[in-house]
Order: sequence, then C-alpha cells, then structure tokens
Amino acid sequence: MAKHYRPSRSLIILALSLVGLLVWAMLPGKSHAPKLGLDLRGGTQVILSPTAAGKNPVTSDQLAQTIRIIRQRVDGFGVAESQVTTQGSGANSKIIVTIPGKTDRSVVDQLKTTAVLNFRGVVAIDAGSPAPAASPSASVSAKGGAKVTPVQATPKPSVAPSLLLPPIQTSKLDAAFAKRFSALDCAHSPILEGGKIDDPKQYIITCSKDGAAKYILTPAALTGADIQSAQATLPQQGAGGWQVDLTMTTGGAKTFADVTKYLYKQKAPTNQLAIALDGLVVSAPRINEPILGGNAQITGSFTAEEAKNLAEVLKYGALPISLSVDEVQQISPTLGNDQLRAGLLAGLFGLILVILYLLLYYRALGVVAVFSLLVAAALSYLIFVILGSQIHFTMTLAGIAGAIVAIGITADSFIVYFERLRDELREGKRLRSAVVHGWDRARRTILAADFVSLLAAVVLYYLSVGSVRGFAFTLGLTTVIDVFVAFLFTRPVVYRLAESKWMNSGSSMTGVSPARLGVTSSTEAAN
Amino acid sequence: MSGIATLGNRLYRGEVSYNIVGRKRLWYTISAVVLLISIATLGVRGLNLGIEFKGGAEFTVPVTNASTTSVTQARDAVTAAKVQVSNVTIVGGNKVRIQTQSVSTTVSENVGNALASTFGVSVNDIKVQLVGPSWGSEVSKNAAKALVVFLILVALFLSMYFEWPMAVAGLVALAHDVLITVGIYALSGFEVTPATVIGFLTILGYSLYDTVVVFDKVKENTKNLSSGSRMTYTEAANLALNQTLVRSINTSIVALLPVLSILVVGVILLGAGTLNDLALALFVGMLVGTYSSIFIATPILAFVKERSPEMKSLTKRVTARREKAGIDGVEVVIPTASVVTPAGPRQQRVKRPRSSR
Repeated sequence: MAKHYRPSRSLIILALSLVGLLVWAMLPGKSHAPKLGLDLRGGTQVILSPTAAGKNPVTSDQLAQTIRIIRQRVDGFGVAESQVTTQGSGANSKIIVTIPGKTDRSVVDQLKTTAVLNFRGVVAIDAGSPAPAASPSASVSAKGGAKVTPVQATPKPSVAPSLLLPPIQTSKLDAAFAKRFSALDCAHSPILEGGKIDDPKQYIITCSKDGAAKYILTPAALTGADIQSAQATLPQQGAGGWQVDLTMTTGGAKTFADVTKYLYKQKAPTNQLAIALDGLVVSAPRINEPILGGNAQITGSFTAEEAKNLAEVLKYGALPISLSVDEVQQISPTLGNDQLRAGLLAGLFGLILVILYLLLYYRALGVVAVFSLLVAAALSYLIFVILGSQIHFTMTLAGIAGAIVAIGITADSFIVYFERLRDELREGKRLRSAVVHGWDRARRTILAADFVSLLAAVVLYYLSVGSVRGFAFTLGLTTVIDVFVAFLFTRPVVYRLAESKWMNSGSSMTGVSPARLGVTSSTEAAN
Repeated sequence: MSGIATLGNRLYRGEVSYNIVGRKRLWYTISAVVLLISIATLGVRGLNLGIEFKGGAEFTVPVTNASTTSVTQARDAVTAAKVQVSNVTIVGGNKVRIQTQSVSTTVSENVGNALASTFGVSVNDIKVQLVGPSWGSEVSKNAAKALVVFLILVALFLSMYFEWPMAVAGLVALAHDVLITVGIYALSGFEVTPATVIGFLTILGYSLYDTVVVFDKVKENTKNLSSGSRMTYTEAANLALNQTLVRSINTSIVALLPVLSILVVGVILLGAGTLNDLALALFVGMLVGTYSSIFIATPILAFVKERSPEMKSLTKRVTARREKAGIDGVEVVIPTASVVTPAGPRQQRVKRPRSSR
C-alpha cells in the first residue's frame, strides 16, 4: 500500500473535499453559520411524555396525531425554526418541542393541554378572512399550513381586539357575539394555534383548521369519548371515492341518533355537524338523514390521504393523549449569548494552549499538527453548517463541549504518529523511511483507538436524549474527521516534508533532529 | 520541554526504565485504597444529585451585584409565593440560582414574577427550568443501558483486535476509572447533573482510547516473544509501557488543556452549568484514565498473561538463560528497588553524531 503512495493525490482529495463542502455550505438561500441550539440563543424547550387514556400504550398513529396537533399549536406561535421532534419509541417516546427566542411562561401550558374532540352544531359559516378569494365552503382540509392572506382590509365592525382573542365563547347567542363573529379574521387570529377553545358547554366562534372558514358553533352535542372507532375505506360500489366509517359507542349512538334526527331537517348551514379537534373545525359534514344505528359514513370528495387523516382525528378523539411535562427549560437570549461566548472562548483558549504545546514540543512537526488541527476545525465547522441547513442539526453547549474535548483526541492521533516516527529515527532509520514505517505502525493504533472512541459516541447517541445526543454527535463526527485529516493531510504533508533538505538538516527546530533524539553515530552508520 | 524529549529518547532505548509492572503491588494498593474510599463514600454519603434527578424547579436570576443580601431576598420572595426553597446559591458573581420543590407552570410563573419584581429584572430574563421527577431517572436509566451495550461491544472489539486478556484488563481499568471518578464526586459533594453523566460516559471512551494505544504497543512488542527466550511477557509489557510513556504524558496534557480551559472559562464567565459539570467530570476522569492505562491496565494484563502455560514456560526459559549467562541480564535489565535504574553499559554519555553540528 505504501509503495505507490502519492502524497499529492491525498492532498488534492482533501482540497477538493474542503472546496466541495465550502460551496455546499455557502449555497445561497441557506444559513451560513451553524444552527444554534436553544441554550445558545435563548428560548423554550419542553420535553413532554405522552400517555394514552386508560393506561393503554400509545400507538404510533396516536403519537403522530399528537405531534400534528402540537406542531399546529407551535406554528401558531409564529416563531421561525420551531421544532417538534420525537425521541425514543413505544412507551418511552418523548416529544421535544423547541421554540427559539420565545420565553413566555404560557407557552408550556398551551403545549401540554390535551386536545379534545367535540361534535358541535353549526350556527353560521363565513369566509375565514374578509378576502375576496376565500371560499365559504366547509370542506375538509387536513393539509394544514395554508393560510389565507387578505389582499386588503374590508371595513369590519369595530370590536375591541381583546374580544377577538380566544376563547371566543358565550353561553347565549346575541348581537354582540354575532358582531365578534363578523369581525374575526382567521388568518390573523391566535385561534389557529388551537388548544384554547373547546369548552363543550359554550357557544364558540372558531376557524377551520386551515383558516379558510369561520364558524359559530353550538355547545358540544357529542364528544370524542362517544366514538367507538373510525376507519378510512374505499367502498366497492358507487363512485363516491374515499369515505370515513364512523362507529359510535352504545351511549354515543343514542345521542347521535337524537342529534341527527334533529339536524337533517334544518336548513343549511345549520344542518351541518362540525367536528372540532383542539378547538378547530376539521370537517363539518352535512347530515343527510337520521343515523339511528350508530354507524355513519362521512363522504365527500376525499382523497385517500384526507380520509385517513380524518379517521385518525376521530380515533384520536376517542382516546385523547394527555401530555405530562418532563422538563421545561427557558433561557433568556442574553444568557444564551453568554453561554455561546463562554463556549467559544473556552474552545479558543483550549486550541491556543494545545497549539503552543505542540509547537514547543514538536517544532516543525508541531506546525504540521497545528495545521492538521486547523483543517479539522474547518471541516467540522463546514459540516456543522451543512447539517444545520440539511437536517436541522443544532449546536448546543454540550455539543461545543464535545468539540472542545475532541481537540485533544484529534491532536493525539498526530502525537501517536510523531512518536512512532521518532521511535523509528531512534532506531537509526533515515527520515524518509522513518515517516513511512512510522505511519504504517501508527495507522493501526490510530484506527483502533478512534474506533473505540467512535463506538462510545454511537452507543451514547442511540441510547440517549436531549443534550447527551448533541454531545455524542459532535464527538463522533470529530472522531471521523480526525481519521480523515490524519490520512489525507498529516500523512502526506509529513511525507513531503521528509523530502525537504531542511528537515534532513538535523536542525533542532525540525523536531526530528537525530541529535536531539539521541541517535548515536554508530547506529546511524549502521543504516 | 527538552527534558521530556531526552527522557523519551532514553526511555525508548531502555536506558531509563521505570519498572512499572514489577511494582504492581504498590499501584494495586493505591487503587484499592482509593476504590474503597470511593465505594464507602458512595454508600454513606451518596451523590449530590441535581434537580434533574430529584425533580423540582430552578430559577436563575441575573443580578448586578450578587451578595448574601440577594440570597436572603430571593429566599424571601420565593417563600412569600408559598413555594418551598431547597437551595439558593450565587453563581458567577452575577446570578442568583434558586432551587425549589416541584411546582406547576402556573406557580412557577408566580415565582418568576415575584423574583422579577424583587430584583427589578424582566421576567423573560429569568432562566427557568422545571423538571419532572422521572426525567433524571430516565437519563440515568439510558446511561446505564448505554454502559452495558458499550461494554459488550468493547469487550468484543478488544477480544477480536487484541486478545481476551487485553479485553479483561481494559475493562477492569475502565471500571476502576468510572468508580473512582464517581467516588470523587461523592466525596467532594459536586452536584451530579445530566451533563456530569455525559462526562462519566465520555470517560469510558477516553479511558479505553488511552488503554488501546498502550496495548497496541504491548501487542507489537510481544509478537514473537514466546518463540525466543529474550524476555518475559511482563518485561516486554513494561518496555512497551516505557516506550509509550512520553506519548501518554503528551496525550494527557493535550487532552487536559482544552478541558481545563472549559473549566476556567466556565467558572469565570458562567459560574455553573453544562460546561463546568461536563468539564469537571472529564478532568477527573481523564487524570484517572491516564493513571489506570499505565499503572493498572498493563500490570493486570501481564498478570493474566503470565498464567498461561505458554508464558509460564517462557518465563522459565528466560530465567534459565539468565542464570547461565551470569547475574546481569544482557539485553534487559530488571530494576529492583529504585524507580529509575540506569542500565550499566549504556550509562555513558551518548556520543553526538557529526550531523548535529
């Protein structure tokens, strides 16, 4: 392997990788700095554990639905780069919500509120925003995210803004309530955050999930607890497309029969039964006939996806998941900034100390080591930037600590190589052959030792949550980078240097001077 | 610097040899005493667990001039909000940290407001951490799981890459490091937070990393050992240890410098928190790790290896040969009493080659 080794090729590969990463990291439209974690920029992080009602294990469907609900609430805060992620699986799954920059105490309460499902009669429907294009139809839209932005503000009845904050509810319909209804603009209402209005005993004003329509709804006729099961099906006969089959519990079926008997005779839109999850209308199907047996079909021009989503909402309603708060961390942006500064400063000092030591001890070889460290640092930085924009990897304080610790482990690879190289010189080998033999021996040691370090990082990453993960990730990544740099930078540069006249001059500044290494003339002569 | 360099040269050629493996009784005794103290302290005092493990709330309030008055003020403010205070400390000179019993988010808001008005700061500048009692135990459960999985994988790797006695020695050294580090935490009463646990877990990797480097040299030195009668396994292992001593020292310095820098910068700028908890555990663990890779892992390895029939016969052959050759060993000098034993013939000054001028 070493026979046809060409140092320049390694260096070219390294240079190309660096340039490639640089170009990738600097792609326009992406962030050009590593994404900072909450502890470095301030904000709120909440770790929630979901538990299903009645000690049932949380299914993955339920978990997915819960996350969808939480994400909707978080999106409602309007903070860019908020994240909702899960870690762990099955009974141990955790939901981690990160909202950078926002440190209101109410955030936590809103997140942990259990979403409830209610069936409510419809009193009135209107376009969600006073925009010309918004359609007043109450069709299902589970896609979420789409918001209608009004092109211009049309004259609205003057209502105090505080009256338009959720929950907008009343025990009795009156003119003032109707006024609040016409003044509501769903596109700009905190109602869309969800989780604030679903008092089953009150009339409420709310929006459809996508904000396209607004409703006045009656007190709840039925609740999620009345649902036995729900399923998305594609009936064989008829060209109706996808539908959702709904089965009520025995008690629910009776109420459902009463409700539908009354509703189907009403005029539009009051013949509709709205399904409100987390205070937002998911669907408001029209009741075409009284449903006496407790089995209903919700039809419409559903796509498979829409039908499945609606079925999941109904199933979730039957077994809502409650969330307990495991950990709340709120860090002010000032403190985050302080922590970032301290972390960077510690890293800088650590690096300077290591560089000084390497230079003093290894002289010219130390310069190679220092540049190797700098290359490793550059590679790490670029990869952090890329991972930040590609997989939302965030740099936390623990991550920075991991990277700082890695300075030592990275430098050790060079130390192992240099010590091996010097051992070869002490045996009386010439510099040119010492760098080759030294590398052959050091390579094994570096790989074995780095493998153990990587193993620790991988195990740590897979079996941990939160900040431990960030630390394990940076530690593992920098270990890999260490190997990369040792093979593609340190080795070729040392090989090249070994060919230079000066390195062979025996000057004590080279760090490989035979005299300083105590090579006796007799052993040298033997070579 | 040149002191270490010269020492390195002489160590490599065996001019200076620290008989580390031969004095294993001493190292074992030292470690046994420290281990006993660690275990006893752990049993009696236990660890000072942070709120992450006990559950509770922590409020960190930035203040301009932290003094004992601010501690009293903070305590009064929180107590007035009908919340039981468990601990108030000043961190970093400009922050007051208040730890309390578990509270609901509503109550925490009250406490936050009370503290904000007491110290005249904005509520949003107060760092709040609420921890359910299950959180920390889950972190430790995961850590324990990680530990077991890691140990199994590492034992497999070491047995495959090296041989099983090295796996045994490596793992004993590892257990030694972690126990002593945890013991030091129990003894000193430093708070154990999840960041500390990360630190403990990292020590696992580091301790083994260090041991692997030493063992690799032992493996190289003992490759064709049993076919000859030059030196015993113990002596070959000791030589390897001496030859890698400079590397061990350099590596430890280079690894400890950044950790030290985290510690110092962390204490000065932040007072307490993730950085310090982590760095402190690492600092202690790395020191112990370096010690054990030299003084514990290799002696144990030699002990295990010397029990194999192959090595027993080697030792017999080496002894027989030495007796025949006279009292003085020719190639290898086994020092007895003194720690540093300059070998006879090579004690003269090393001649300088012409090229050095």
